[in-house]
Amino acid sequence: MPLIKSVQGVGHRVVDSIWRLGVAARFLSMTLLQSGMSFRRFHLIVKEMFSSGVMSLIIIGVAGLFVGMVLGLQGFETLKRYGSESALGSLVALSLVRELGPVLAALLFASRAGSAMTAEIGLMKATEQISAMEMMAVSPIARVVAPRFWAGVISMPLLAALFSAMGVFGGYVVGVVMIGVDEGSFWSQMQASVDFRDDIINGVIKSFVFGVAVTVIALFEGFDAPPTAEGVSGATTRTVVESSLAILMLDFILTAFMFRGV
Amino acid sequence: MQRTILDLWVGAFVVAGIAALVVLALKVGNLSTYNVSETYQLSAYFTNVGGLKPTASVRSAGVLVGRVNSIVLDTDRYEAKVTISVDKRYQFPKDTFANILTSGLLGEQYIGLIPGGDEETLQDGGVFRKTQSAMVLEDLIGKFLFSQADSKE
Repeated sequence: MPLIKSVQGVGHRVVDSIWRLGVAARFLSMTLLQSGMSFRRFHLIVKEMFSSGVMSLIIIGVAGLFVGMVLGLQGFETLKRYGSESALGSLVALSLVRELGPVLAALLFASRAGSAMTAEIGLMKATEQISAMEMMAVSPIARVVAPRFWAGVISMPLLAALFSAMGVFGGYVVGVVMIGVDEGSFWSQMQASVDFRDDIINGVIKSFVFGVAVTVIALFEGFDAPPTAEGVSGATTRTVVESSLAILMLDFILTAFMFRGV
Repeated sequence: MQRTILDLWVGAFVVAGIAALVVLALKVGNLSTYNVSETYQLSAYFTNVGGLKPTASVRSAGVLVGRVNSIVLDTDRYEAKVTISVDKRYQFPKDTFANILTSGLLGEQYIGLIPGGDEETLQDGGVFRKTQSAMVLEDLIGKFLFSQADSKE
């Protein structure tokens, strides 16, 4: 009976994904419990911050610059109709600091650093390096997973802040230097509307949460990947898809908490 | 511990990230304008504050002299009580006018102080006696329509 088969298939997939979610939660708690060693040997975290944070700098900076420039152009076109071009600064800064900075930086981080993490750990597993560590009584979670986790969690807010700063600079270049919006009103309207605690700190909290989500998904997919070439490639794809969806959903939930009716 | 070139890059990355946060806080946000040296408190009653918000600026002759602290409804008078903190360097006569003004058509609202001629100055906790509420567009349109109708008759 093909109908029963398909219903069974759906049920199987649901149960399987709940199962994987449980394993992922246990994986996160084990990572947190065993991260003491990676703080005592901080150079492990530094090494991973280089490959996930420093190597993402260029893509984050260039993307932020162009997003800010587009915001400057589009915002100017819209605000011009109401004769309030001077509000361009607050439009660019608020949309970057509240939403675009954390979300786009996290999406770029997931596809640039998250996929690399999954592929690296998946290949370590496929080439039995993880099993070799367990044989030598070295916990692979403490030695391999925890430093990558903390490197991602520390890097993410810094990258999001850089993205927002570059975006504001891009908006300034297009709005003030190229189009000719008044520089004084650009900055003063921006400062009047952006609040340090309500906007900037909330943006940092958002990017911190995204950092945890992206790195946990990337590391878990790598650790859980079937030790074959196909398995690793599938896990890398799943990392990008799942972490992008997780970022966008978490963003809605966090925004609903942070900016209700303010 | 051995220093590597990698540590240098990661250090530069962390410094750049923190610098970006500081730039956002000082240049983009309003953190730098919060603590205006020493301040004293004044309050004013308005029948309508319009879109005035806490942390809005208080200006006199266009110069920033303070910030709005809080806006509450005073249930004794059923008017909005606006508390502002003014920089200690600036003293205002007792008959100073407090107006709610708007910068530009859609700009932020702020409190403008127009000094009077009294020789005594407002002290900490003082109240502005003369205020003018925010301009509400609907009221203006309503008045305009009424005056049009009157002139037709």
